[in-house]
Amino acid sequence: MIPTPLHSRTLHGAGMWSAVISRGKRLRLTDISGGSNVGMLLYNALERSERYNMPDTLKGQHIFYLRAPYCLHSDMGRLLASITHDTVGWHDTVCGHSDAARVLAKYGENDYQTARNDWNRNGRDCFLIELAKWGLGKKDLVPNLNLFSKVVSDDGGQLTFISENSKPGDVIELRFEIDTLVILNTCQHPLDPDPVYHHRHVKLEVFAGDPPTENDPSLTVRPENLRAWENNETYHTLRF
Amino acid sequence: MIESTLNPEAAVFRETIPAGDWWVHEIKKGQTLRILDLEGNQAADTLFFSAADPTERYSADRTIQEQAALYLTTGTKLMSTEGNPLLTITADTCGRHDTLGGACSRESNTMRYAHDKECMHACRDSFIRGAQEWNVELNKRDLGPNINFFMNVPVTPDGQLSFADGISAPGRYVEMIADMDVVCLISNCPQLNNPCNGWNPTPVEVLIWSA
Repeated sequence: MIPTPLHSRTLHGAGMWSAVISRGKRLRLTDISGGSNVGMLLYNALERSERYNMPDTLKGQHIFYLRAPYCLHSDMGRLLASITHDTVGWHDTVCGHSDAARVLAKYGENDYQTARNDWNRNGRDCFLIELAKWGLGKKDLVPNLNLFSKVVSDDGGQLTFISENSKPGDVIELRFEIDTLVILNTCQHPLDPDPVYHHRHVKLEVFAGDPPTENDPSLTVRPENLRAWENNETYHTLRF
Repeated sequence: MIESTLNPEAAVFRETIPAGDWWVHEIKKGQTLRILDLEGNQAADTLFFSAADPTERYSADRTIQEQAALYLTTGTKLMSTEGNPLLTITADTCGRHDTLGGACSRESNTMRYAHDKECMHACRDSFIRGAQEWNVELNKRDLGPNINFFMNVPVTPDGQLSFADGISAPGRYVEMIADMDVVCLISNCPQLNNPCNGWNPTPVEVLIWSA
């Protein structure tokens, strides 16, 4: 039986969204057309100085990219979310997001005055706009996730963007391990060499769910994840 | 590997940062900063801020994006969160430096190693104290992912990442010229749980030459 989402919406291409999603719930994102990118940042909803930490996520799991069943770590030795379902297999987190200057240089002028709501937005502006609605700002803008996008490194560290990493209908699902503020946008990846600016829609659904038990694949994939989850348990025990 | 033409005798500033300590200092536009690995394999965790506006700070992701490459070496522009070059690396006798690994913290040590490692001295505590001493307004939110000079974090084409033995050695250095007035914050890494400091944290020296 297919569960009914608690909430469902379509994110417009080059659009943005933010919400607090509580512990145990699942966020499912579906790449409708293929080739989408979802820039994402995560914060502890109650202590927003605690945030997604790219270095700790990578070095804690000895990986350069994300896929199921790996976890998204905060800067406080805890888990913010786990990847519970993933048909893509590679999500970038080292290349950051576009800004206005990069979008203008790459795609040319396509401003609001000319194009109205089909104008070219950029990742940085989208992040800053949504962050501000939760009392956050430039200080809180850190390296983000680029869901659905793949960038590989050669042995010398040179990076290559892999086009068509995500196919129509591809899905990633996150389970939140702490009450989490989610900030996201659907702007293109900053290293996407495609000269055309695309507005690719992404389906967003939130489902009910429970926190994991300690034999969960996301916790057993690395001993670091289990210790981080134990830190979550301590946090929840002391706080609630 | 590019060697420097600057003479240490002509430096306007020289200071040794003991193992595990922090250092904060302004570098004026046009001045050159050298960080010298005195005894070898010592990670120098480094952050930069615009001296005029500390909300503009070093950005690891923007630096990677700008050069479409992971490692830092001669020619790398160290980019800010506002998309401006803070400094440019002008000499490097180590070969490459990391900006993916971030800093150690007491909290991440519990996740990475064991819960009982929480008591061990860590870079983030040094960053917090150094940042506060420069500007009382700064706090943990101002600490983004840093540069790890002299640290070796190889990434493989299939996406594995590891903390490997250092590729630095006694006397190796990295040098960079400031593209704007910046404040440099260094935590001379105290980590004892992985090979980033050769299991034995040691001092580094900082030198500054005028423009």
